[in-house]
Amino acid sequence: MADLHFTADRATAAEQAAIDSALLALGIDAATIVEDERVVRGGVGRRNERRHGLLPGLHALQRVSGWITPGGLNHLCAQLGVPPAEAYGVASFYDLFRTEDPGHTDSVHHVCIDVACQIAGAEERVAELEAAGHHVHRSPCLGQCERPVAVFVQGRGGEDVVPIDETEPTGSGSIPQRYDPTLVLLARVGRIDPTSLDSYVGAGGYKALAQAFTRGPAGVIDEIIASGLSGRGGAAFPTGVKLRAVAAEPGPRYVVANADESEPGTFKDRIVMENDPFAVVEALTIAGFAAGAAKGWIYIRGEYPLATRRLQAAVDAARVAGFLGERIARSSFSFDVEIRRGAGAYICGEETALFSSLEGFRGEPRQKPPFPTTHGLFGRPTAVNNPETLLNLLEIVSRGGGAYAAIGTEASRGRKLFCVSGDVGAPGLYEVPFGPTLREVLDLAGGVDGQLQAVLLGGAAGSFVRPDQLDVPLTFEGTREAGLSLGSGVVMAFNQAVDLAGVVIRIAEFFRDESCGQCVPCRVGAVRQHELLVRTGTRLTPPELVLLDDMDRAMKDASICGLGHTACTAVRSAFSLGLLESSANGGRK
Amino acid sequence: MTDITFSIDGRTVTATSGQTILGACNNEGVETPTLCWAPNLTPVNVCRVCVVEVVGSRTLVPSCSRTVEEGMEVLTDSERVRHSRKMVLEFLGSGVDLSQADGLQVWSERYGADPDRYVEPQKMDEEVKIQDNLYVRDYDKCVLCYKCVEACGDDAQHTFAIAVAGRGFGARISTEFDVALPESACVYCGNCVGVCPTGALQFTTEFNLRQAGNWLPETQSVTRTVCSYCGVGCNLELHVQDEKIVKVTSPADHSVTSGHLCIKGRFGWNYVQPS
Ligand SMILES: Cc1cc2nc3c(=O)[nH]c(=O)nc-3n(C[C@H](O)[C@H](O)[C@H](O)COP(=O)(O)O)c2cc1C
Ligand code: SF4
Ligand code: SF4
Ligand code: SF4
Ligand code: FES
Ligand code: FES
Repeated sequence: MADLHFTADRATAAEQAAIDSALLALGIDAATIVEDERVVRGGVGRRNERRHGLLPGLHALQRVSGWITPGGLNHLCAQLGVPPAEAYGVASFYDLFRTEDPGHTDSVHHVCIDVACQIAGAEERVAELEAAGHHVHRSPCLGQCERPVAVFVQGRGGEDVVPIDETEPTGSGSIPQRYDPTLVLLARVGRIDPTSLDSYVGAGGYKALAQAFTRGPAGVIDEIIASGLSGRGGAAFPTGVKLRAVAAEPGPRYVVANADESEPGTFKDRIVMENDPFAVVEALTIAGFAAGAAKGWIYIRGEYPLATRRLQAAVDAARVAGFLGERIARSSFSFDVEIRRGAGAYICGEETALFSSLEGFRGEPRQKPPFPTTHGLFGRPTAVNNPETLLNLLEIVSRGGGAYAAIGTEASRGRKLFCVSGDVGAPGLYEVPFGPTLREVLDLAGGVDGQLQAVLLGGAAGSFVRPDQLDVPLTFEGTREAGLSLGSGVVMAFNQAVDLAGVVIRIAEFFRDESCGQCVPCRVGAVRQHELLVRTGTRLTPPELVLLDDMDRAMKDASICGLGHTACTAVRSAFSLGLLESSANGGRK
Repeated sequence: MTDITFSIDGRTVTATSGQTILGACNNEGVETPTLCWAPNLTPVNVCRVCVVEVVGSRTLVPSCSRTVEEGMEVLTDSERVRHSRKMVLEFLGSGVDLSQADGLQVWSERYGADPDRYVEPQKMDEEVKIQDNLYVRDYDKCVLCYKCVEACGDDAQHTFAIAVAGRGFGARISTEFDVALPESACVYCGNCVGVCPTGALQFTTEFNLRQAGNWLPETQSVTRTVCSYCGVGCNLELHVQDEKIVKVTSPADHSVTSGHLCIKGRFGWNYVQPS
């Protein structure tokens, strides 16, 4: 402790209490670094052992004081042995932490201004809330794109809430297919009580885990490989191969559910976690069993308060019932799950940025190689998977990889969730066996409302699709052949009334805001792209089109991570498809 | 240490395992621009000016951190490499004052970087920070190479007075809440100044001379000596102009210092010269 230097600012009693209890919940007791201990294992080692408490501590401080006060930060740093300059660097990285006194003591309304909400009147909603005397913060996609305009209220002193959760707690309008007996991934959604373990077990819950124990870790991995399951988080990496690679490394190993879900247009994981949280916990336990993991982590975005509460309750109930903890369900397998909240940073969904964030560092991605399977969370072999990917494990383990592989197409096995939003009859989450075309998925969602102008496929990191391209099959291979990407399963439709130029400019702004800033091509490129589009209103001269192309190539080639690689993709697709010729300015034409 | 055989620009070369592509290029006399890399710091691979093409790899790779592998085919002058290096230099030039960044001008010319292609680009837009009389921070010149942070932290000083704060284009090198250096943990070792590649961190002596138009590197001599304060034996390089010490450095490859000093060796030389 004595190694650290602090300014004279002191924490209030309330701040101290809030921080200490948040840390205690993680098993980090008050600073007791005694002198001889410091001599034995002082400095960096000690600092990094407790550092993972930084994000939870910052959340506690933000909630109690409405901002990250210098005194509160000093106290947190003293407890963790983290230098204040570094902790400030971390706090100032996240949207949900204010590092300046907001000058009021109210809650803050975060209003989504991303594409689905932009075209549904986000600015009008901002004006309304401001007129009603609320403090408003314009937010990137809040993962509620099926029910625009999305709002999230960051509490002061109390819990964060999504107002609509209070009136429609299960998001009933969000799952138009619900009660359809053919559903598999969404079979329990709306049918069970997501707060009751009994209800989950009554619907067949935890049978898959029992079967996994019978099959053994290698047997489970064999089934996953046989199933052909590939990742649903965007990169489509074969899940079994990943788990096998981690299992082959020396322990301790970790499994992580990547529930940071922040790709604009994506809300599937939220709906699953809110309505079927035990399934995510059981599936993560199976992944942990297969990988021989010591522990599982769920990293969930900070703007998902209901999903966080439901998952936490599920983890707690599973532990009480013996489905987590020492020797689970009388097997020889011990495993527990810890939930960590993000704090408003799209980049923290990138798997290596997620590690940095969880470990208490700035959410900056790491250069690969080395890959997470060898150097992941806390430097240990780690399998990171999307919640939707994990959900598939239940069926694979229950019915066998062969039966699973029989569903879907050659290179896209099983079922897929699609997040359909924008100008369609019934926006919401849809489950289909892989195979339908984009047109069929749009029809499933009630068809296009009005005359179709374009579809954004795969999210902000995806591409636009023209109305004459709707026959593309929404499979990994089908989209790849068409030069597109499924991404996280986003299908966002825009009718002729939408100002696509405004949409394209917002996408560029999203990347500008969300770049972590670590590498030059993305930190500067994302800004220059946005500036160019704003200045020209997307009407580019031939030299400007060359410039856009130059920036895109450098960002694709030389950036560290996928954010920079894809930051121009959607924008460029809008130009190459000729979608921007007849647009005017404004939210709607 | 096993030998690795691979190729650079079609030439077969050998290197030891664990060596970086950059290290191998240096051995082979293949010049490579670098900005965030230094021999006495852990590679952070953030500036991306050193990227090379590895045949078969989807993206370019940073040569400063990527280690050589058997059979790797490295291209250092392909169209993709030239393009990305050019764009990195152009992007930097469009937002940062690179006038004192050593060597970058040559590379910018070689690759044809044209920062003027950007209309009214957002800049760093920072005030010069003069908070003491030892060194000056002018973040208009900062390329966010992380070198100062590393030197202040794990790679040398372990003081952790400065870190990267903010996100994206708003990221800046900062103390906690941007408090002035004298109120921060800074111990004025000047190791951050020693590694800064752009002149964003600068001895006050140098800064004042430059302001007055009197900074004349061609007239300066460099004298190597041993610091007289304690028995560690740090080597100092005294940069002298007009018979006055104007700054002090230490060789990055020196076995005692690795280029890093403490406040006494770095700044405590006024007693040598009459004021
Ligand atoms: C900028 C960026 C954001 C990402 N966000 C998420 C996310 O929110 N959720 C997710 O599962 N994967 C996200 N990914 C992909 C992850 O890096 C990783 O590939 C994925 O979590 C692996 O899980 P899967 O194999 O089950 O798809 C993101 C990638 C990038 C580059
Ligand atoms: S590509 Fe962008 S988000 Fe990714 S590391 Fe670089 S600056 Fe950060
Ligand atoms: S002078 Fe030394 S202690 Fe102060 S900021 Fe620079 S490296 Fe850190
Ligand atoms: S101040 Fe200098 S050393 Fe520090 S990040 Fe900026 S350019 Fe690099
Ligand atoms: S919640 Fe507004 S776009 Fe997703
Ligand atoms: S020198 Fe290699 S990335 Fe900066």
